[in-house]
Amino acid sequence: MKAYNIIDHEYDVVVLGAGGSGLRAAVGLSEAGLKTACISKVFPTRSHTSAAQGGISAALGNMGEDDWRWHMYDTVKGADWLGDQDSIEYLCKEAPKAVLELEKYGVPFSRTDEGKIYQRPFGGMTKNYGNGIVQRTCAAADRTGHAILHTLYGQALKHNTEFFIEYFALDLLMKDGECKGLIAWNLNDGTIHRFRAHTVIIATGGYGKVYYSATSAHTCTGDGNAMVLRAGLPLQDMEFVQFHPTGIYGHGTLISEGVRGEGGYLVNSKGERFMERYAPNAKDLASRDVVSRSMSIEINEGRGVGKDQDHVHLHLSHLDKSVIENRLPGITEAARLFANVDVTKDPIPVVPTVHYNMGGIPTNYKAEVLTMNGSEKTVPGLMAIGEAACVSVHGANRLGSNSLIDLVVFGRAAAKRAAELVKPGTPHDEIPETETQKCLDRFDKLRNAQGDNSTAELRLSMQKTMQSKCAVFRTEKNLKKGVDEIGKTYDGMDSISVKDKSLVFNTDLVETLEFDNLIRQAVATVDSAYHRKESRGAHAREDYPKRDDEKFMQHTLAWCDGKNTKISYRPVHQSTLTNEVQYFPPQERVY
Amino acid sequence: MVQLSLPKNSEIKKGKYFKDKTGSKNLRKVNIYRWDPSTDEGPRIDTYEVDMDNCPSKVLDILNKIKNEIDSTITYRRSCAHGVCGSCAMNMGGKNGLACTTPHAEIEGDIDIYPLPHLKVKKDLIGDLDGLYKQYQSIEPWLKNNSTKETTEIYQSKEDRAKLDGAYECIMCACCSTSCPSYWWNGDKYLGPAVLLQAYRWIIDSRDEERKARLKKVADELKLYRCHTILNCTNACPKGLNPAKAIAEIKKMLATANV
Repeated sequence: MKAYNIIDHEYDVVVLGAGGSGLRAAVGLSEAGLKTACISKVFPTRSHTSAAQGGISAALGNMGEDDWRWHMYDTVKGADWLGDQDSIEYLCKEAPKAVLELEKYGVPFSRTDEGKIYQRPFGGMTKNYGNGIVQRTCAAADRTGHAILHTLYGQALKHNTEFFIEYFALDLLMKDGECKGLIAWNLNDGTIHRFRAHTVIIATGGYGKVYYSATSAHTCTGDGNAMVLRAGLPLQDMEFVQFHPTGIYGHGTLISEGVRGEGGYLVNSKGERFMERYAPNAKDLASRDVVSRSMSIEINEGRGVGKDQDHVHLHLSHLDKSVIENRLPGITEAARLFANVDVTKDPIPVVPTVHYNMGGIPTNYKAEVLTMNGSEKTVPGLMAIGEAACVSVHGANRLGSNSLIDLVVFGRAAAKRAAELVKPGTPHDEIPETETQKCLDRFDKLRNAQGDNSTAELRLSMQKTMQSKCAVFRTEKNLKKGVDEIGKTYDGMDSISVKDKSLVFNTDLVETLEFDNLIRQAVATVDSAYHRKESRGAHAREDYPKRDDEKFMQHTLAWCDGKNTKISYRPVHQSTLTNEVQYFPPQERVY
Repeated sequence: MVQLSLPKNSEIKKGKYFKDKTGSKNLRKVNIYRWDPSTDEGPRIDTYEVDMDNCPSKVLDILNKIKNEIDSTITYRRSCAHGVCGSCAMNMGGKNGLACTTPHAEIEGDIDIYPLPHLKVKKDLIGDLDGLYKQYQSIEPWLKNNSTKETTEIYQSKEDRAKLDGAYECIMCACCSTSCPSYWWNGDKYLGPAVLLQAYRWIIDSRDEERKARLKKVADELKLYRCHTILNCTNACPKGLNPAKAIAEIKKMLATANV
């Protein structure tokens, strides 16, 4: 193997990822006086947080009475009781503070007549523990994620955060079960960089690109999740993949739930507002798993629209013009560009589309990474936040607008916790060279791969398998097929080919490394789904249609060594953080 | 008389020709700018015959198709694929735009794809935006307000909030700045339309308390007044924003305010 020149760095904390959670953490760390590096494979404002549309939830009560406990109840119920209630309490209680902080940073929120932050209704968000709709989702038109991401990048600049932009992270550096840093490849000049850190915070987002049709960006490849798997640590609840009800048919572009929040509704080929049958109270604003399943049933039973009757229509032309112009300008543009639809006249063709990963790196509410070794243990030196993490506040199904709040609340929490744990300027441990060698061996092997399988072919085969075998409705038979097919695709990597051998902006190699990351998560996802023999939240098993709290009120943990997995379980936290709220015991989930 | 000629490494040569292998009757020729800093070779134009019967509607779809099916070495930035992240800004058919929102049907004849104009090229279609990002940082893009109360928000009327429309939506793709002749010649000193639009966004935010200082900071012969209202910027913006108007507003404020 050709020797790579390695450039060494030392930081108190390294944040991997510069989306909403990574930037919020970096700001907090800089404020706390910790020497912080923020590494990202894309320029921060290109991160996928920019695509979040509808809003960010917080019980501010700007549009009428609200209470963080109601928000907590909704989140627990939305999660189908798979969420850890101590973490959910923390999320909902801290949410108002976190949003006001964003406002002070300069986020251009839409406003009410009194000049307060505007809040809109959103799926599953109710008042008084499920009794009526509440307006809790704070919005900057339908570009809330964009507004937050750009504002947070500005704050990071204000605090002189040190960025390493267009660096692709390869692997964590571990020593005796502790994380000591990471290795990244600088795409700009092809150099290899080794970052020593007392704490690494993973904020690499979701891995939607394991599926064929997803609202996710091309860059949503869950690189941090895969680094954790390679470090011998488990991922949690990977079977819970959210299908957003309204991705544009054929293209996958997201159409915000805010459309239904503002009064839009879904219609089948018979012209029926079918959600009235499935969720008599919440109707089109039931939570996402419920709406996506209802749509799939309509389509499966022959009431879909279009030539192939394989999608449904989202109507909003009845809405007031000013509502569309002021509150939904972004989706108006998206519908024109990607569906060729003028939303003031015609409905948007939509279909459930992969959107969010509830699963990820297990953490506690302080963002510290967890593993199981007899009992629950933290992994020293390692934290995870945002979509990459599984705190778990979203459990089996995330409510719309709970992800943006997750980013900032736990980004902030991670910075706080790191400031408690790390004393600025503490000297760094030696890391065994074998860790570096192992990482560069994999890198070099893929770079010089000269097999017959192109990365694009293998990726497509993985995406098609996941789309057909691990979708909205699942069965034992299909999942078993999925496990086998994904295993075969994994084996295809033995003879993968990378044509570009250079080191500067070698996106051929980047995509191959990303595929290597994706396929490991596909393995974890389909195998976790195979083993969960119940239906809960986004995981709907036709052969096990009921929730089974007795056996499965547990988080799945999946360790993967290549394509071989080990599945184990960890009990859901069945207590709250403080006495300010009572534990919500499991109930039947109806909307 | 002195003879002027381009340096050797800036001459663009004809590159490889990738003939269609699918047998499609519906082909288009796609010419792509290629340059790899790892080799000693100068830039070239590679040509690809692309089967349009199996290609979705946007230029990015063509690039992805080429990368996935014909030549995995072509290099470009892309991420969200629906016009919000700003990664895939490039020059297509002679116009700047986002590859993910530009329909290839709108380009007549062969499809020419180049990096954004007048940027240093890092590789193939990837331009160097480091200078623009530094300029962005120089306008201090964060709210300056001394309100420290944690429990309340800073109120803003609907009317004041509406002033930010048309400015906060900017995705920093740089289509505007790299279409501006003034920015081409003086890009190291002139802030250019993208950054000035952002300067304007903070100047007119009613919550910001440093308006005067912000105005003063941009009131500079080079930073601001190199704008000669050519309006290429507004023409180029893939988000339908109007940076030229924002620049004009800044100039107007400076002409009327006591700064």
